[in-house]
Amino acid sequence: MTLSVRLTHRFGGFSLDAAFEAPMGVTAVFGRSGSGKTTVINAVAGLLRPDAGHVALDGRVLFDSSRKVFMPVHRRRLGYVFQEGRLFPHLSVRQNLDYGRWFAPREEGAGFDHVVAMLGIGALLDRRPGGLSGGEKQRVAIGRALLAKPRLLLMDEPLAALDEERKAEILPYLERLRDETEIPVLYVSHSMAEVARLATTLVLMEAGRVVRAGPAADVLSDPDSVPALGVRTAGASLHAIVAAQEEDGLTRLQTSAGPLLIPRVEAEIGARLAIRIPAQDVILSRNRPEGLSALNVLAATVTAVRLGEGPGAIIQLRAGEDLLLARVTRRSALALELAPGVACFAILKTVAVAQTNVGGAG
Amino acid sequence: MLDAVPGGLGAALSPDEWRAVTLSLKVSFWATVLSLPLGVAVAYALARHEFWGKQALNGLVHLPLILPPVVTGYLLLLTFGRKGMIGGFLDQSFGLVFAFRWTGAALTAAVMAFPLMVRAIRLAIEAVDPKLEQAASTLGASRPWVFATVTLPLILPGVIAGAILAFAKAMGEFGATITFVSNIPGQTQTLPSAIYSFLQVPGGDAKAMQLVLIAIAIALTALFLSEWVGRSVARRIAGS
Repeated sequence: MTLSVRLTHRFGGFSLDAAFEAPMGVTAVFGRSGSGKTTVINAVAGLLRPDAGHVALDGRVLFDSSRKVFMPVHRRRLGYVFQEGRLFPHLSVRQNLDYGRWFAPREEGAGFDHVVAMLGIGALLDRRPGGLSGGEKQRVAIGRALLAKPRLLLMDEPLAALDEERKAEILPYLERLRDETEIPVLYVSHSMAEVARLATTLVLMEAGRVVRAGPAADVLSDPDSVPALGVRTAGASLHAIVAAQEEDGLTRLQTSAGPLLIPRVEAEIGARLAIRIPAQDVILSRNRPEGLSALNVLAATVTAVRLGEGPGAIIQLRAGEDLLLARVTRRSALALELAPGVACFAILKTVAVAQTNVGGAG
Repeated sequence: MLDAVPGGLGAALSPDEWRAVTLSLKVSFWATVLSLPLGVAVAYALARHEFWGKQALNGLVHLPLILPPVVTGYLLLLTFGRKGMIGGFLDQSFGLVFAFRWTGAALTAAVMAFPLMVRAIRLAIEAVDPKLEQAASTLGASRPWVFATVTLPLILPGVIAGAILAFAKAMGEFGATITFVSNIPGQTQTLPSAIYSFLQVPGGDAKAMQLVLIAIAIALTALFLSEWVGRSVARRIAGS
């Protein structure tokens, strides 16, 4: 299953010119508000007819301006989860879930009971959407989209309207969705936390253009992505395996670059994790630092240096098999003579678990 | 005087009066029922679509509301009379005659009540979030299905309100009706025409008052019915 998208569209003073491919897994379209993300997802859905371009899913053409093909929304067989849920207020939760099944072909797909169990909405079936919490509504909306047996799942900021607690409640369901179903997901978001946790492929958008696109780990560790990501949100991910649960409440992880200690995560020994290291929380040192409160220090080699337009610089490092990003000042970069090939030590101020239960090498 | 109305209603009324009441109910019923689908369609078009001539359609729909009823009645006579453009065609092709028949009264009532019906339904449609309809289409529903399963259930209170408003308006229509189909007892004499006739003859006041009370009773019943149906439908939709 591959979605290929090539679009140009113009409205008001805004022009969109975007092209990318979305393979299996979760493809996150990331960008600030107004970067054109929602226009892209609506064009894929068929809710918007772009001026020109080509959209195909697995070779099946959904839109082709040169051949005047525009498949209407209801025939595209896509599941769309909107920011606000958009449940039908006059139908019960069960009827909402069944809605898409009336129109879907009677072929094998995700079963009702399976989806209800995966999303934990069994107790809500006879209720009306009006009485549900925001998180419950969104889970029902995801279920409704899945049960329409879509060939592609579209999600437009599905967590943006929820508070942190509700987000944390839904994210594990989205991870299960990614890991347990065979449906590719196009996920629009401006939250780096969500993207780092869910995305397998990342499309970075800025002012209607695709700035970078590729496997999430590659894009996130590329210094050239930083301007589009924003210096505060940029940061790479490392793969890690849970090595031990320490007695003082820490969890020891093993990475290809060495051991890391993080606040306890509830995971079994041997579980694979992805951890996210924000670029601005990495300090670099030419010599192995001593007498520091920071627990996590990795030996690394500089692979790229990108001097920004301001006083900052982004350093890409190779630590074991993974790439890291560090944000330092231009002055420090010059003072430490950081250049490709230089060996140094990365001091990690914060380490956050981005993904649990990473299958294979991720 | 009120106790003259219930109970011995049939006995208190002469056959012609009784026929005026039943004729009015029949005329209003068919006027409402037959114009309702068109009313929903026009309201939907005006609320949801941009098309060439939209303002003209809007104006045409509202015309009977602002024109003097006599003018509307006369225009109906010109177009739907036996020699009129449409009336002549319908007469020759289908044997359908409007002029001076109860069918003409129904047509007049429908035309006069149409703007009220369309306004009520249009407001209801505009209150439905188009995003819900979009969501339905992403789930595989074609336009007619979206309308039948999402839009229509959500606007049902408005449709009922519009229908009852139109029914009440049809019951009370006088000026255009009397111009188009005249005031023939037993054939085209509706409740308002009958009241008017009684007021034209000396000593007819008491008879007129009976009919006035019946008109008030029917109007109030319609009003309460619409409130009750509207509320229960709205409750069902809100799902509480």
